[in-house]
Amino acid sequence: MNFSQVVFIILSAMALIGAVGVVTNRNLFRAALFLILSFVGVAGFYILLEAEFLAMVQLLVYVGAISILIIFAIMLSRRIMSSEFRASNEQWLIALVAAAILLGVLLAILLQVNWPTDPVADIPDNLMVELGKALVAPDQFLLVFEVASVLLLVALVGAVIIARER
Amino acid sequence: MQVPLSWYLVVAAALFCIGLYGALSRRNAIVILMGVELMLNSVNINLLAFWRHLEVAGGTMTGQVFAIIVITVAAAEAAVGLALIIAVYRNRKTVDVEDVDLMKL
Repeated sequence: MNFSQVVFIILSAMALIGAVGVVTNRNLFRAALFLILSFVGVAGFYILLEAEFLAMVQLLVYVGAISILIIFAIMLSRRIMSSEFRASNEQWLIALVAAAILLGVLLAILLQVNWPTDPVADIPDNLMVELGKALVAPDQFLLVFEVASVLLLVALVGAVIIARER
Repeated sequence: MQVPLSWYLVVAAALFCIGLYGALSRRNAIVILMGVELMLNSVNINLLAFWRHLEVAGGTMTGQVFAIIVITVAAAEAAVGLALIIAVYRNRKTVDVEDVDLMKL
């Protein structure tokens, strides 16, 4: 068990314990904090996968923007009570069974495939240059890039209009 | 290669199923949104694990670009979803999805 595998286990504990904390906590704010823990664990995975740009984007966007947005929404919709409501609806048991069955099916498939175990190629030296070129090259992902920016504009305008005070 | 590909896939599958349970079984709309974000994160882990283990040899960046677009879409969806939740809260004074049932028969 080398160092990378130990780090992987620590990061997966962070991510999974954070996720379980999100879905089981009655206190909404603590659920948001567990979500931040899970996001940081996932960012650690990206660094382990040598995709450092994605790790930084994950921290900036998910932890720095989406989590803060969620906390704002929690604060803006806080009710006076919070403990007499049940946290789960009446189909939680079926949901648990369905999620467990899905996990079982996925694991059964994943663990019996012969994943290629060739030595993994090294990442190119100019990884960031290649990523930047891929995003704006006309024969690669330029269209996707532009459509994503239009999507962000539409989401921005839409969110402002929907949440506006009448 | 130090961490095998299957380990990443197992963790991503577990994260997906935990997010799925959260999205299906909670009453608070914001927690449902958090479950959806967990599912999107697990998809990103899958994409990057496959990119690192199988695609780097070819020199293309499809996995990373896909993951960037997924993060973008998740951010847009979180913004609009939370705006909707705030609008519903202002109108009905609740974020409980069981109480938003005006269109039920």
